[in-house]
Amino acid sequence: MDVLTLSRIQFGLTIGFHYIYPPLSIGLGLMLVIMEAAWLKTKNPVYHQMAKFWTNIFALTFALGVATGIVMEFEFGTNWATYSRFVGDVFGSALAAEGIFAFFLESGFLAVLLFGWDKVGRKIHFFATCMVCLGAHFSAVWITVANSFMQTPAGYHIVGQGMHARAEITDFWAMVFSPSSMDRLFHTLCGAWATGAFLVVSVSAFYLLKKQHEDFAGRSLRIGLTVALTACVLQVVSGDISARGVAKNQPAKLAAFEGLYQTTNHAPLTLVGYVDEQDEKVVGLQAPGLLSYLVYHDTQGTVTGLDAFAPQDRPPVESSFLFFHGMVAIGFTLLAVATLGCFLSLRGQLIQHRWMLWILVFSILGPEMANQLGWFAAEVGRQPWIVYGLLRTPEGLSKVVQANAVLTSLILFTFIYFLLFAVFIYLLNHKIQHGPHPDDLVPHGKLALPDNFMSHK
Amino acid sequence: MNYFDLNSIWFVLVGVLFTGYAMLDGFDLGIGALHLFTRKDEERRVMLNSIGPVWDGNEVWLVTGGGALFAAFPDVYATVFSGFYLAFILLLFALIFRAVAIEFRSKQPMFWWRQMWDIGFAGGSILSALLIGVAMGNIAQGIPIDANGEFAGTFLGLLQPYPLLLGVTTVALFMMHGAIYGTMKTEGELHDKLRRWAMNSIIFFVICAATTTMATLLYVPHMAERVKNHPWLFSIVLVNMLSIANIPREFHRGKDWLAFLSSCATMATLMMLFGLDQYPNLVYSWPHPENSLNIYNAASSHKTLGIMLVIACIGVPIVLAYTACIYWIFRGKVKMNRSSY
Repeated sequence: MDVLTLSRIQFGLTIGFHYIYPPLSIGLGLMLVIMEAAWLKTKNPVYHQMAKFWTNIFALTFALGVATGIVMEFEFGTNWATYSRFVGDVFGSALAAEGIFAFFLESGFLAVLLFGWDKVGRKIHFFATCMVCLGAHFSAVWITVANSFMQTPAGYHIVGQGMHARAEITDFWAMVFSPSSMDRLFHTLCGAWATGAFLVVSVSAFYLLKKQHEDFAGRSLRIGLTVALTACVLQVVSGDISARGVAKNQPAKLAAFEGLYQTTNHAPLTLVGYVDEQDEKVVGLQAPGLLSYLVYHDTQGTVTGLDAFAPQDRPPVESSFLFFHGMVAIGFTLLAVATLGCFLSLRGQLIQHRWMLWILVFSILGPEMANQLGWFAAEVGRQPWIVYGLLRTPEGLSKVVQANAVLTSLILFTFIYFLLFAVFIYLLNHKIQHGPHPDDLVPHGKLALPDNFMSHK
Repeated sequence: MNYFDLNSIWFVLVGVLFTGYAMLDGFDLGIGALHLFTRKDEERRVMLNSIGPVWDGNEVWLVTGGGALFAAFPDVYATVFSGFYLAFILLLFALIFRAVAIEFRSKQPMFWWRQMWDIGFAGGSILSALLIGVAMGNIAQGIPIDANGEFAGTFLGLLQPYPLLLGVTTVALFMMHGAIYGTMKTEGELHDKLRRWAMNSIIFFVICAATTTMATLLYVPHMAERVKNHPWLFSIVLVNMLSIANIPREFHRGKDWLAFLSSCATMATLMMLFGLDQYPNLVYSWPHPENSLNIYNAASSHKTLGIMLVIACIGVPIVLAYTACIYWIFRGKVKMNRSSY
């Protein structure tokens, strides 16, 4: 295989594996803030136990996120050096801002979150948890801003010619608020919140099925389902906004998502189906006019098809279509699961419906898969460009790196990441089987509750 | 030449970030390098927990330094990272193993499990320190760069004696730094052990430092030339030597904290010397010095450097303030509890 294919596989593998973890850190961070807030407000020690249990899980996901995240920062330079030269002026500043504003905040206060239980009081601990959560959100902000420059470049001009051409910032804020960045950030965050919430839901449902830690699990499940439902509803809104943005800013991508070869008014939306790339058509169940309606809020709107683009400017249609439709299908399924879960939970009937608990146990796979598919769709749909409209993917490669070097690193990454994933699942399972620690129901030291609390109860 | 332009400021700032990384993650890597010296599980755990709350934040200095290099001097970032491809991939694996080993090690009681991650932790730490030193050594010595600013050497070409020597020196420096840090954080039998290791690693480092200094003067002519032409640089050499000499002195008097600060001062002066010998070059090209990447031909636009300076001026003081608070919260000797590693 050539350097291009190998480098793309390696980047896809390393970013895909990395992206298992940050949404969990962002989502669980939010869950921890809610749990600790509940503890501060109600002084019920079960929330202390909850916060401590989920902090343990958070630590595990965070460690893997950090370990695999540093790879990403190096890889732009190692494998995509020409790209780095081209965008460094713009993209590099967003990455540096991420380091200063997000990573320091996250990892600094993580120390207090993980190891500070006995060292600081409740309020300071809560503050630290909020800062970790905020840091995780900031990292999403800056990396999405950086990535959005690759999708919808803004606030830049091109300086130099030929090999020495590069993008330079003209307007920093226009770059930060590029046409797609805020839509995509909102979409990414909703996905992350859903991921954290569904992990809590999934583990709590497992305890309820096993009739273990029932008070703990019941309360965790209610918090989890509430956040999950909120995130899923927001995600539908955000998906709608994003899709309209893509139609406007990256029409080739939207056409690939929907397998729309001909520019059409009254364009249909494919509900279930597949793309026949040979005959350039979509086979499946279609809702006439719905795509036009979603893009323009008018069933007669004209949606640009792939025919408006030269063949060498089109993204791969079949895979873009599959990734996008897979993501959307999972998103709506999750919305249904969260709605049903909340409904049953409100009526106090969740325990009786064991099948529903089983669905909830496996629900965590949904957001994880949707996150992956969503990013695949976003990045494959951007092809053949590495920076949309400015630099083609093959042009971004490192000039001095040979195929055998990339092959070596790819094999090693694959091996090590499989090992790490196996260990992660093993330890996660171990922690879940172990459950919350009974001692955490009686906070001591600086966290000790006022004596009168127990008598109130 | 204007020494106070944005390019020069960013030359200093990138240097400050990497110096911060060396001072902070340096002791984490040092503790890692010493990890296998004791066979007792309890002692290994105490050592691990001495860096437990802070190693992660310390590694961020490298991430931010890399980000700053990318943003301020994209051509340096691109040339060095793609040129040192296999070396940097190895560094990544070393850092990955170091990180996950800390998290995984104490999660299971089995002997083979702990032994496996202990080796990962120690191996990852030593290899990281070595590779960072080798990379520095190559940058100091100069690497072949072609007229397009691309690296024109090979992976094996990076493993010449001088860079390797600098790699070993870096391992020695971090081991010394880590052992002094460990001495401050531990008590009892382990404390005495660490004190012995610290003495030995000070000797190890002094020998390495002396050899490196000689080798630099003999085999890195462009750096030696700079010192000859600017005799005031000897004052920094002098401060550097004094801080090195002060490490065993303070350590003997039981003032571990001052020994640690002297070790930090050693790192800072070494980095200053390195920077002043290179300036305004970032990557010296050898054998074609005219292809060197410097703070002007490899930099981002003035506009970006200015924006980044604003970001740094807002961000860095805040980071320093809360980092200091966090070190303050975790001051004192390591106490093990249920949330420890």
